Amino acid sequence: VIHELELTVNGTAVRHPVESRLLLVDFLRSEMSLTGTHVGCDTSNCGSCTVLVDGEPVKSCTVLAVQVEGTQVTTIEGLGRPGSLHPVQEGFRQEHGLQCGFCTPGMVMTAVALLSENPDPTDDDVRRALEGNMCRCTGYEMIVRSVRWAAEHPEARGE
Amino acid sequence: MSLVGARVVRKEDPNLLTGRGRFVDDLTLPGMLFAKPVLSTEPHAELAEIDLSAALALPGVHGAYTAQDFSGYPYIPGPEDLQRPVLADGKVQFVGEPVAFVLADDRYIAADAAELVQVRYRRLPAVASVEQALAEGAPVILDGQESNQIHTVPMLDDLERELQASALRASLRLVNNRCAPVPIEPVACLADWTPDGLTVWATFQAPHHLRNTLSRWLDVPQNRCRVIAPDVGGGFGSKIVWYPELFVVPLLSKWHGRPVKSAMTRSEAMLAMSHGRDQIHDLDVGFERDGRINALRMVVTQNLGAWPDVTGVGLPVLTTWMAAGCYAIPKVSVGYRTVVTNTTPVAAYRGAGRPEAAYAIERVVDLVADVSGVDPSEVRFRNFIPPHAFPYRQKTNNAVVYDSGDFPHALETLLELMDYESLKQEREERRADPTRPLMGIGFSTWLEIAGFGPNGSLEAFGHLASWESAHIRIQPDGTAIVWVGSSPHGQGHETVFAQIASDELGMPFDDIVVRHGDTETVLQGMGTFGSRAVPTAGEAVKNVATRIREKAKLIASHLLEASPLDIIAEAGGFHVIGSPGATVSWADVAWASFQPLSLPENLRIGSLEERICQESPNFSYPSGAYGCVVGVDRDTGRVTVERYIVVDDCGKVINPLLAEGQVHGGVAQGIAQALFEEMSYGDDAHPQRATLEEYLVPTAPDIPPFVAGRIETPTPNNSLGAKGIGESGAVGAPPAVVNAVVDALSHLGVRHLDMPLGPERVWRAMQAAQEGT
Repeated sequence: VIHELELTVNGTAVRHPVESRLLLVDFLRSEMSLTGTHVGCDTSNCGSCTVLVDGEPVKSCTVLAVQVEGTQVTTIEGLGRPGSLHPVQEGFRQEHGLQCGFCTPGMVMTAVALLSENPDPTDDDVRRALEGNMCRCTGYEMIVRSVRWAAEHPEARGE
Repeated sequence: MSLVGARVVRKEDPNLLTGRGRFVDDLTLPGMLFAKPVLSTEPHAELAEIDLSAALALPGVHGAYTAQDFSGYPYIPGPEDLQRPVLADGKVQFVGEPVAFVLADDRYIAADAAELVQVRYRRLPAVASVEQALAEGAPVILDGQESNQIHTVPMLDDLERELQASALRASLRLVNNRCAPVPIEPVACLADWTPDGLTVWATFQAPHHLRNTLSRWLDVPQNRCRVIAPDVGGGFGSKIVWYPELFVVPLLSKWHGRPVKSAMTRSEAMLAMSHGRDQIHDLDVGFERDGRINALRMVVTQNLGAWPDVTGVGLPVLTTWMAAGCYAIPKVSVGYRTVVTNTTPVAAYRGAGRPEAAYAIERVVDLVADVSGVDPSEVRFRNFIPPHAFPYRQKTNNAVVYDSGDFPHALETLLELMDYESLKQEREERRADPTRPLMGIGFSTWLEIAGFGPNGSLEAFGHLASWESAHIRIQPDGTAIVWVGSSPHGQGHETVFAQIASDELGMPFDDIVVRHGDTETVLQGMGTFGSRAVPTAGEAVKNVATRIREKAKLIASHLLEASPLDIIAEAGGFHVIGSPGATVSWADVAWASFQPLSLPENLRIGSLEERICQESPNFSYPSGAYGCVVGVDRDTGRVTVERYIVVDDCGKVINPLLAEGQVHGGVAQGIAQALFEEMSYGDDAHPQRATLEEYLVPTAPDIPPFVAGRIETPTPNNSLGAKGIGESGAVGAPPAVVNAVVDALSHLGVRHLDMPLGPERVWRAMQAAQEGT
């Protein structure tokens, strides 16, 4: 069955036909060409696919596209651009919060959601907020520092 | 002003942080089809029938293929006489072995089609472990072999005399648990075979190695066979393995005249991508009452999985080479055997053979401390190779000559950072207070072999050679492109090599770009593995940049009408010593380098371009001292890493920010091996942890913050003095954790526990110890 899906993606109103079974992550990657959101598992464990749906972090591999009808979806592409990076993006750059960069979009989106709820989290708060996101490169310490950097520089607009 | 040694943020990051990274599965070509494997659900079975008809009848399906479709092609490259067919041919040997591929319009239809492939298996007895594989009457897995034991390298001397002559002796049998590397990006491959030639985008750590291999396998000349490793989402050794899709997908593209992509799901990857470790060590040590070790004997049993992998068969070689760690043990004897089982093939995983060695010797040293009653730190000091003894030829193998190090200094630095004396006091207080978790302190003074490698070392694994390449071209506007043969997957090559080039060229960092991972533009390269990028490619960049700078000085001297000997290159330009006004910029020199009328007579047009194939005289030997403090819950056995302190020695550090990141990531993987991760199989050889639901990759709350220290003993192998750091953390971390847990339980009489130290295992050990007393 084909549905006419209406939603807002990164601030732009979208109307697009989708199959019932199409996952949100595949809608974003294949139909919207927003390949910044990655797929690292098929069991909702890794969090690489995390996007914001009405501001809440959501694992887009675990949601059907039709479930986000009428919502505002924000992906990494909607966050900040080179020349005007979001403070969390700039924090990851300053504190080396990424290596291969595959898990990074999901990490960043989860961190953005954390800071919008709690602008001054402790290290432990950060670790707990990120517990649904796996990173195999960094050992997490520098991700924690990156999020703390963003908390300390809320007005930063990175290169 | 030097950028080498400076904390420089990465050139890579703006793309990766804005969703503009380009990973293989992000790429789409017009008309692209999607290929998906059908994986064996049986560990050992004859393929009685594969019925493709239902899959082929599904709308949107373009084809379905089994081994017979590839009968005109060779087996996948592997150890001689032990090669694996591209698809299971007549029988399957592990759960996860591909038996068929389906090809469809997209991945959803391909998944439907794969479900519709009906495979009828005729079960054969299977072996899940080396014990089962070596038991009398065990089914022999590989055709043409007489048993499941593939290689046997016996000890040359059993050292019984030395062991018996020692005042004390002890034995230990260790299991080094099987781990899944789990790069967050699984294997993916996109092939486009056009009449003009073949292009393959692949998640691979060594694109030229793949190009050379594919070209031969597919009979396509190398000038029409291009491999690109774009952004690669981690590797850890699991992306230098010859997976069937790397061969199947190009052929499907050829046969259908359309681009074809495949991308493993995680659940496929957990079974079909290589695993690591999986060794059993039998260790014997003879020592004196003061903790001085006289003799060490090690026999390694390597589980190879169902098909011997080229790097897999090399693992016990490296383990036995590194058996004696950083200690001057008068007599060392090593041997090994390799065994096939009905499990996923075992290959390199971050450290590849060296973490296993470090774990063994560091557990042995703690055993010596325990039996002799000498403090574990003191046993280490008494046995260290002294700092004046380098180069030090280790007793394990003539190829092993340690380049440099200062093990006592590293351990002293660690003891100071962790405040060992007050920790010991806290341990006793907590032991005496039943309301508090037990506490344990563990050390690991580890050493590894890196910088692969001297001539001949990689050739043994099927590589073209062992050197690494760098190539620099100065553009007419005075900016530089650096191509390196070592292709990264997160290490930060674009930043680190630009730092080195910037210093050598005297050119601003921002004017330099580093390119890699494309066999059509990069001369030739070996890849990124074995902690080799900085010691090999870094040295290549440095030397090739020096050559260019010297030629640029000739042009500058010509333009300035000064002697080349009076020219210095710095801060983006060239100056005449002693006359501050006499300056030309890199842009002036670069522009002139393309103009015949502006050149000195002895330089050719466009000569600010150089390439080098950099050889290495020896391996490098990074080392370090790690300290771990754990808490053990008395009621549940749950282990918490309370503190983790690392002192590394990777020689010269190019970028401390990136070096720290490498160490953290490796230590996290090492802690994960020690506490959480194990790819386990039931007695029926079925995997028990086939998804990330069951296989416990740690997340942020599971890993402690790290305290990092550093000492620096430069290697004499290269002019940078850099040893490599990619694997250090994973090598050094596990024994510190296990030593700490055993220390926490030592008053109960616990002498050893095998990894991973999950709550159940620890709790059972505590219960058994308490019942025994």
